[in-house]
Amino acid sequence: MLEINDLHVKLEEEDKAILKGVTLAVPDGKVHAIMGPNGSGKSTLSYVLSGRGGYQVTDGSATLDGQDLLGMEVEERAAAGLFLAFQYPVEIPGVGNMTFLRTALNAQRKARGEEEISATEFLKLVREKAKRLEIDADMLKRPVNMGFSGGEKKRNEILQMSVLEPKMCILDETDSGLDVDAMKLVAKGVNALRDGTRSFLVITHYQRLLDHIVPDVVHIMAAGRIIRSGGPELALEVEENGYADILGEVA
Amino acid sequence: MARAQLLAAKRAAAETRLAELRLPEGGGWARRAREAALARLRESGLPGRRDEYWRFTRPDTLIAPEAPAAAVAKVDEAPVFDALERLKIVFVDGVFDAQASDDLSLEGVSIERLSTAAKADLHWARDVYGVLEARGQSPVERPLAALNTAFAEDGVLINVSHPTSKPINLIYCHESESSDAMLHHVVRLAPGAALTLLENGPAAARFNKVLEVDLGEGARFDHVRAQGSDRARRAVTHVFARLAAQSRFKSFTLTVNGVLTRNECVVEFAGEGAVAHVAGACVGDGAFHHDDTVFITHDAVGCESRQVFKKVLRDGAEGVFQGKILVRPDAQKTDGYQISQALLLDGDSQFFAKPELEIHADDVICSHGSTIGAIDEEALFYLRSRGVPRHLASDLLTLAFLAEATQEVEDARLREELTDRLDAWLARRRD
Repeated sequence: MLEINDLHVKLEEEDKAILKGVTLAVPDGKVHAIMGPNGSGKSTLSYVLSGRGGYQVTDGSATLDGQDLLGMEVEERAAAGLFLAFQYPVEIPGVGNMTFLRTALNAQRKARGEEEISATEFLKLVREKAKRLEIDADMLKRPVNMGFSGGEKKRNEILQMSVLEPKMCILDETDSGLDVDAMKLVAKGVNALRDGTRSFLVITHYQRLLDHIVPDVVHIMAAGRIIRSGGPELALEVEENGYADILGEVA
Repeated sequence: MARAQLLAAKRAAAETRLAELRLPEGGGWARRAREAALARLRESGLPGRRDEYWRFTRPDTLIAPEAPAAAVAKVDEAPVFDALERLKIVFVDGVFDAQASDDLSLEGVSIERLSTAAKADLHWARDVYGVLEARGQSPVERPLAALNTAFAEDGVLINVSHPTSKPINLIYCHESESSDAMLHHVVRLAPGAALTLLENGPAAARFNKVLEVDLGEGARFDHVRAQGSDRARRAVTHVFARLAAQSRFKSFTLTVNGVLTRNECVVEFAGEGAVAHVAGACVGDGAFHHDDTVFITHDAVGCESRQVFKKVLRDGAEGVFQGKILVRPDAQKTDGYQISQALLLDGDSQFFAKPELEIHADDVICSHGSTIGAIDEEALFYLRSRGVPRHLASDLLTLAFLAEATQEVEDARLREELTDRLDAWLARRRD
């Protein structure tokens, strides 16, 4: 379970508060969505949880299964079972996709005291997962995300997720820049990973992704706080009326 | 006036260096080559700090009469090309070691020691020995190469008449802390002949080496070297290559450690449609200074040259790249490319680059680029967010940076071997 309690975050370089007391709990096996207008702090939340630099936590806590996430190194959070699917996956020339993924998987296994996976076993595993996401062998051979289309990059994120098998997946605007077909494919990949224990935090601007990845709970975030939570119907309300009504109510 | 003073100082430096040196004994051809080189050296003098061509690298310790002492590194890795089937020729502190070397016989090749061949009155090597070096003295002087031609007593003369079945590996061992070694090698490839030449090892406390390579029509020469990992060693090396039509020359150098290394490579295209690739990857920290100086002259139609140099520097290390492509008026359809890049792993390291193009023909493609950068923080975060520990992620990105240079080594086994060495160097420095 991911538990975020009264989390306050500011930019490291300037005195600007971004998150102003976020409280949220995603129980095992559940899918929570966070929606909100631009600049509400949604992406910041995902970065802070995954350990990206440039932010300073001024108050509050975040734990995964009781482990303090905020005190861990980036890679320790990953080994503890946290995964962030990037809004803008990074291109890394010269590092092969397969080398990268195998290094990552083995590093996580090692950190957890598990045996490393052999090259042949790994190849089999990746091929099988890639097939379901319609990722061809050529994509796997290329350097990480190099020359990938927007849709391919996002599918590659989901491939990494399905190989690394995290406990808690954060999807940061995974639907941005995707056409309907690509979005369906990504959603299918995510839904295949819903196994009753793995949890998801889906960050999105739009309701349409939530047609395909149906959440248990929807949170609305604005100005660094969660201002309303509800069922999937809340997303539909946003779709119909925009954020203005909800923001108005709270104000 | 200033120029005259500078020249006087350089000539004085040469005389100081020459005071203790005597030309080696030799027969007609070798004596003439050495005397001519000595005259070149006396004319040009030895480089000083104010020489433009030595602006970023201090020549003092390379020209001094005494070689500064250098501790011999204890290395527990196996020498780099040990697993390969090859013909070994071993030098210890610049002295040929017959016992450690293989029998100098290989089908399609004649291999002789310079010290033996120099006794003859006539020898095929007279057409190459000191000849390519002398051609390479213009438009820029390379006095340390002339010094080598004049005073090197040993080396190998390799005459290749056919494609060879295995590489020749020159191995340079370093055993004495005060050794000052000079070696001069010559390779001549007949039309259609092919050879892979491997070189590895630190060689000596101070090493001055010249390699002259004369390629006949359609000949192929692959050169891969790994300069030894002794920290305190100093080296100045020159490669002079002349390429006849349709020939192909590839040279790659891996350098790890070394307090001072200056590698010069001078390539002359003398026939149409030839290809020359010169590449290097180096990694160094602390008292490490590495200088790649390349001069490529296109004097024939339709030739391709490519320079790829990558440097990884940390903890005060210094890197230098001086690379020039000169395209003469008749060298139309020239394809020239040059890239030099440094990855600085901290704020203490420095990279100096002087890329130059001088083009006198109007139908050519020439490009160059030079960059200095740090590890990409975005990429680092991405890798770490997948569970790759920081040091491993940083090493992956560093090897990726070097890959464009190491990929210039065509033989996959050699390439892997060299990449493993780079990886091991990085691994030894993990926090």
